[in-house]
Amino acid sequence: MWAFIHKLGSPKWFYAISARLQPWCWGAAVALILVGSVWGLAFAPADYQQGNSFRIIYVHVPAAFLAQSIFVTMAVAGMIFMVWRIKLADMAAAMMAPLGAGMTFVALFSGAVWGMPTWGTWWMWDARLTSMLILFFLYIGVIALRGAFASRDSASRAASVLAMVGVINIPIIKYSVEWWYTLHQPATFSITSRPAMPTEMWLPLLLMVLGFYCFFIAVTLMRTRSEILRRESSKRWVRELAAEEGT
Amino acid sequence: MSLRLQARKLACERDDRWLFRGLDLDIRAGEIVRVEGPNGSGKTTLLKILSGQLADYHGELFWNEAPMRRSRKAFLANLLYLGHSPGVKAALTPLENLAWYQALAGEPDDAAARLEALASVGLVGFEEVPAGQLSAGQQRRVALARLTLIPRPLWVLDEPFTAIDRDGVVALEARLSAHARQGGCVLVTTHHALAASSALRRIRLGQGGDDAGA
Amino acid sequence: MPGPDASPVSEQQAGVACREPREGTAVAVRATLKRDLVLMLRRRSEVLNPLVFFALVITLFPIGISPDPALLASIAPGLLWVAALLAALLSLDSLFRSDFEDGSLEQLLLSPQPLPALVLAKVAVHWLLTGLPLALMAPVLGIMLSLPAGSYAVLALSLALGSASLSLIGAIGAALIVGLSRGGVLLSLLVLPLYIPVLIFGAGAVQAAILGAGVAAHLAILGALLAVALMFAPWAIAASLRISING
Repeated sequence: MWAFIHKLGSPKWFYAISARLQPWCWGAAVALILVGSVWGLAFAPADYQQGNSFRIIYVHVPAAFLAQSIFVTMAVAGMIFMVWRIKLADMAAAMMAPLGAGMTFVALFSGAVWGMPTWGTWWMWDARLTSMLILFFLYIGVIALRGAFASRDSASRAASVLAMVGVINIPIIKYSVEWWYTLHQPATFSITSRPAMPTEMWLPLLLMVLGFYCFFIAVTLMRTRSEILRRESSKRWVRELAAEEGT
Repeated sequence: MSLRLQARKLACERDDRWLFRGLDLDIRAGEIVRVEGPNGSGKTTLLKILSGQLADYHGELFWNEAPMRRSRKAFLANLLYLGHSPGVKAALTPLENLAWYQALAGEPDDAAARLEALASVGLVGFEEVPAGQLSAGQQRRVALARLTLIPRPLWVLDEPFTAIDRDGVVALEARLSAHARQGGCVLVTTHHALAASSALRRIRLGQGGDDAGA
Repeated sequence: MPGPDASPVSEQQAGVACREPREGTAVAVRATLKRDLVLMLRRRSEVLNPLVFFALVITLFPIGISPDPALLASIAPGLLWVAALLAALLSLDSLFRSDFEDGSLEQLLLSPQPLPALVLAKVAVHWLLTGLPLALMAPVLGIMLSLPAGSYAVLALSLALGSASLSLIGAIGAALIVGLSRGGVLLSLLVLPLYIPVLIFGAGAVQAAILGAGVAAHLAILGALLAVALMFAPWAIAASLRISING
């Protein structure tokens, strides 16, 4: 068990194994997103209420899913770093944060674009959009805190603690915002909570969600690999690697 | 019961630079250990590691033969640490400052002992003056009064002579060797030359980390 | 080897021998409570400033929006809660800062007593001298905003209960940034998103009191949030302080 965790946590081992994994992740991501978006945008039936504007769901929902999952993954990585002092986990967490913030922004932006034809306004204090906005602020907080420390070790630990505190709070925030919303605007309908979707609508959505997850894994692998090289640039194996590449 | 603080293969890496590596230490009762080295060689960091404040090190620490991570509470009950900053609250009087330290250390509340401790550092007549009105040297003396007030065998002192006048330096030096003679143990960094004695031992840290990244 | 056994027994008894840890947590917590209370009462401006800030912000709203009592009455619960929350937030920056600057924070961390208990004492003093006075002052400002009768007691009670959670959650942020020289804005970035559930249920309680609905549920949830904060925050604060002290 111990040996396995430490092997997994070794940047050199990870660098080698991720090189083999990465193309598969990219391939899966491109294929899934391509099939999902063509199917969803061109072939899935239009919504009887919203017409074609509902098709933005194929971007909005996967982005929102991913935004939340990345925060949880980041907190788990932070915990692994704090408990077992595996630096690799922290590198991955550091690389995930901007992607998560980006996905939250995509979800917010697509929500606003969707809001225009549906509600006639760019922004409504819809429960999901509001909690997405708060999640965006949480991401900004983690990124800003990491950037504020002069010492990288302290920055990593502080960001890990904040991510863990945030992840305990996310469900509380989510439920309280939903409660608040039903109290204030019981009549409006939410863009994503809807009666059961026909199969030909949700199947492309599923493909898109899976594709987004693969995209997330691929990007994180790629960025973590370059972060490994940057942080371990003084280690012997990285120097040997650089020599082999002839740079 | 004797006391023993050991470090095995101690190393500290700060942002990709080795401050020190492969440090083996064995500190026992009756010793004064002076940590030496140029600025930036990691003296303060070493003291922070050895006083259990920094967990970010490689290697192992042992307190009385038991690994530090498991005997932390027992270790802290034996430690007295004085850092760069005296840890004296400007808005409180020296007596109030010491009262908090006494309670924090788990010592019984004893006003006579506090007065005696302040007298031992030459602060008679300043007991009720807010510490903010005292000079830097006097504030440092309030901190040093803890050496008398709180009986602890292991002293870890980071630059304790800062801002202390000549008489104070002599008195403090005598205090350190008396502590070692009584079976205590002192770990100290200072730019001040300590008088050589049989109890004095030196640890020299690297020349500004010239083995960085090797 | 210089033998410790060579020293006379009488000197050993003078306290140089190795010591067993003593139990004295209650004593240390009480001393820390007393010390912080005395410190805050000697610097009265630190106690008064948040209250003045609270009153000032409340004064800005009628000037900025409209002096119309009906309009003010409808937004008063939210305004009072947001202003009190900001006042509490502003006072948090100094919670650990002066201890950090004069070195007593290191000493607190090196105490053989459990750190979460000691920081809880510090947070309790902060609540006692910031949250509680804000709660007591809020009804007066409520009169100025034409807050409907019958909600004053609930306003004070919800603020008293909620501000305890605010102090606990905010102290995590204050502990994370204590080592940074310019942490003020960063603190609000970290802490404000985490305050949202407390705000929702606190302001909700006052709204419910105005509408004549039962407030017990709101206050119970505020109590539950406080319980969760009490369970997690002291450990998070302690961990954050250990990180900051090494920054």
